[in-house]
Amino acid sequence: MEETKKQEQTTTHKIGIYLWIWGLLFVLSFFSYMVDWYQFQGLLRWSLILLFMFLKAGLIMAFFMHLFWERYALVNVLLWPMTAIACFIFLMVAEFEYTVFTRIFYFVAGG
Amino acid sequence: MSDPKIEGYVFKPGFSGMAQDTGSDQTMFKGVHWGKAMMWIFLLSDTFIFSCFLISYMKGRGSTLVEWPNPSEVFALDAFGVPVPLLLIAIMTFVLITSSGTMALAVKYGYEKNRKMCAWLILATAIGGLTFVGMQAFEWSKLIHEGVRPWENPFGAKQFGSFFFMITGFHGTHVSIGVIFLFIYAYKTFAGHYDEKKRGWFTTMKGDYVEIEILGLYWHFVDLVWVFIFAFFYLW
Repeated sequence: MEETKKQEQTTTHKIGIYLWIWGLLFVLSFFSYMVDWYQFQGLLRWSLILLFMFLKAGLIMAFFMHLFWERYALVNVLLWPMTAIACFIFLMVAEFEYTVFTRIFYFVAGG
Repeated sequence: MSDPKIEGYVFKPGFSGMAQDTGSDQTMFKGVHWGKAMMWIFLLSDTFIFSCFLISYMKGRGSTLVEWPNPSEVFALDAFGVPVPLLLIAIMTFVLITSSGTMALAVKYGYEKNRKMCAWLILATAIGGLTFVGMQAFEWSKLIHEGVRPWENPFGAKQFGSFFFMITGFHGTHVSIGVIFLFIYAYKTFAGHYDEKKRGWFTTMKGDYVEIEILGLYWHFVDLVWVFIFAFFYLW
């Protein structure tokens, strides 16, 4: 909210906030590379990858693409369709599990 | 932040502003530059395209009984005789983030009407993007030499190649188009087209620094997509 008040006077944001986000993105990328470097496996690996991915994506969208300062109508127009993608992911997870099941059932177990 | 003021129209912040926007007379997003609104709509549709690619990759990888090639071995690069996992991909990620940062600063300096600083930063962004495309070309030719094809590869499941070339190729095309536009906009900024409100080549629209923000949205989106490709294709 502080930022909103300032922007009405100056119309741009301080350089510091961009440099901070830039630095954070570097650090987060480094961390996600370290996930592979140390060869974390299993649930730890997947949760760390997803955590760093969503943090990076959130920072880029919120500050570099200015969504944090944009009007709510635009934010909602952009973010609600993502639920459709989430639904599609769940559908396709069910689909590939079924495909794997039929492949094991017919090709490996022999029907 | 770029939105021009409309005479007699006061925009309310928060949810009342959202109600005002969606229930607005004639047009939604009053006072927002149309190019910016259209860029957001385009990026939303592009999000769906890349989501479909990544979801089909998930489905393909999840449903095969053959072992998937290990990306940290496939994309390893020899540095001083030692194979370093994902070395090139990590460098590409840092290059793209760097160019995203310079673009964000270019947008800021554009709105401050700092023409030279803005133009130099756009040029830096373009060079960063060009470096990225160059490294991707190197990566592609390395894998093609090793025998990776869309229909087969020496490492494991055959589907690997088709997903790899499709997803990184589509992203690389986006980067290449972005680089072309970045060079054009760097020239236009250096030439002062946005200060003297010169009209564009294909449009009667008057030049304005909001165009830098629109270009910036596209460039940040390319970086955003790479975040997801890096996580799902290279790290998973």
